[in-house]
Amino acid sequence: MINTEVGQTKININDLKLWYGELEALHGINLDIADKKITSFIGPSGCGKSTLLRCMNRMNDHISSCKIDGGILLDGQNIYDPNVDVVQLRSQVGMVFQKPNPFPKSIYENIAYAPRIHGIADKGADMDELVETSLRRASLWEEVKDKLHQPGTALSGGQQQRLCIARTIAVKPEVILMDEPCSALDPIASAKIEELMDELKDEYTIIIVTHSMQQAARVSDFTAFFYMGDLIEFGDTGTVFTQPQKQQTEDYITGRFG
Amino acid sequence: MNNITATKRTKRRYLSERLFKGSAIFALSLAASFLIFFFYTMISQGLSAFSQAEILVDVHYNESSKKSYKKAIAKEHRSIVSRGWTRTLPLYMEAHPEVMGTTTSEWVTATADVDQYLKGKPNRLKSKDKRKVDALQKEGKIKLAFNTNFFTRGDSKMAELAGIKSAVIGSIYVLIVTILIALPIGVMTAVYLEEFAPDNRTTQMIEVNINNLAAIPSILFGLLGLAIFINFFGVPRSSALVGGLTLALMTLPVIIITTRAALRAVPHSIREAAYGLGASKWQAVFHHVLPLALPGILTGSIIGLAQAMGETAPLLIVGMMAYIPDSPGSFTEAATVLPAQIFTWAGESIRAYEERTAAAILVLLSILLSMNSLAIWLRKRFETRW
Repeated sequence: MINTEVGQTKININDLKLWYGELEALHGINLDIADKKITSFIGPSGCGKSTLLRCMNRMNDHISSCKIDGGILLDGQNIYDPNVDVVQLRSQVGMVFQKPNPFPKSIYENIAYAPRIHGIADKGADMDELVETSLRRASLWEEVKDKLHQPGTALSGGQQQRLCIARTIAVKPEVILMDEPCSALDPIASAKIEELMDELKDEYTIIIVTHSMQQAARVSDFTAFFYMGDLIEFGDTGTVFTQPQKQQTEDYITGRFG
Repeated sequence: MNNITATKRTKRRYLSERLFKGSAIFALSLAASFLIFFFYTMISQGLSAFSQAEILVDVHYNESSKKSYKKAIAKEHRSIVSRGWTRTLPLYMEAHPEVMGTTTSEWVTATADVDQYLKGKPNRLKSKDKRKVDALQKEGKIKLAFNTNFFTRGDSKMAELAGIKSAVIGSIYVLIVTILIALPIGVMTAVYLEEFAPDNRTTQMIEVNINNLAAIPSILFGLLGLAIFINFFGVPRSSALVGGLTLALMTLPVIIITTRAALRAVPHSIREAAYGLGASKWQAVFHHVLPLALPGILTGSIIGLAQAMGETAPLLIVGMMAYIPDSPGSFTEAATVLPAQIFTWAGESIRAYEERTAAAILVLLSILLSMNSLAIWLRKRFETRW
């Protein structure tokens, strides 16, 4: 097992194997994710990095052919334990997707939906306050404060993605999973999201899947390199990018394949 | 040096393109000309049914005409005034005793043959009566007025009094039953199959069968309705209830298929967004997916219901194709529907029914066209684009 040297462990992935039908997509992953740090997952397409990310809030439950063996411990509790409630789990482990996917409702409603179903805030002043703090936290408040009741889908791509981040933090999660959050955005919008991630890591544990090695190098504290369903190398981002231990990692980050 | 002038090969490509375009335009104009021909025939035949011959005569309200209604009108006019109309006089006198002993000059409904004669259509009017009509016409005592009977009366054996009211009311009753049964069951079935059902053999079997049901000849649904609703459950024959239930069976597959298509058109990312925020499957479907699919569901359902409204064959089997002059007062009374009324009139030998058939077709078509326009408007108005 590869251990993180610094900080506390938030998520502990323990010999995780995953199958899609007959195909084994993850071959026994062991990984510790540090609390209130940014960990990035890199690797060529189909290496299993998104699959692993989706195991952490059990999004793979919706794929009927998907089978899992091993465990993922969130603060020491196995999230695949039968008495774990997946709705509760997802309120603690939020997710931001590759393509911005705001609901085709108002900006306000986009934020207010999840707190309402979880009973975090009700109508009125409480909710107004929560919407404002969430939008401020996602650095979107100044841009949208005058048009809270306009549809969220009318915003620009970058704003939509920040709206999705605001919507996620409104539930007050501890972990935020980001599945290639900038792949549909231009460099300026991406830079804003990266800046935002840097601000958010004081409070949240962030795991980001990215295809951009520059992005991984810029934003993350730790980097995990995956290849063909195996974790090849994991460590401090600086070390992984400057002195990779494995030949495959070096080949990938220097652009020789992938 | 590049050759950029047209070669034999590119010319051949353009030719096949032109041929394809030409044959497509030919097919389209052929279809359009049939449609124009159909509309021209229906409108030219049907429009005259909206007017009806009326004669200005003296009507005598007294005891003897109350006993024998023929006597209310002068002998010379009796053969050209609708007997169906004079027959209603005693009842009218019963209800309005104040008119007794008076004689008033009134515009009254003429017989269908007078009507057809005035419109220059084939008729069986006797030459003696023709002369009477011509004389009255010179005096200005005969005219073609708007045919209110067509909209305010039910079917009649006297063509001049035959109207579509009972058929329209019957159609409304039947449609209400169909909506109440087919819409909730169809939408819920589609939601279950699309969002909740496990993807296994049983589900696939059900899917294949639903798709097949949509293609079954509608008369078989009539037989099913006869066997189940009338024979087994004892629902009254000819009633709007049994007709509506039968049409609901026929419309269900259409609603299920269009609803599933509408649900499938909602992008997966919306479901993921809801799950990612901790919504349960039920919440994701009912808070997000279903509201977004609603315009599509409504459009499909309205088109399915319009199809049911124009359906005749299954209703033939459950006894709705009958002579029913009175409008139904409840869902269990005998009723007929607009397409059935058209079918009944089309078989009549008296010429005045011919124009009424065309006029009823015009009414049915305009109802169906407005339902379909409503569907298109709903889709345009509420559809979310991705």
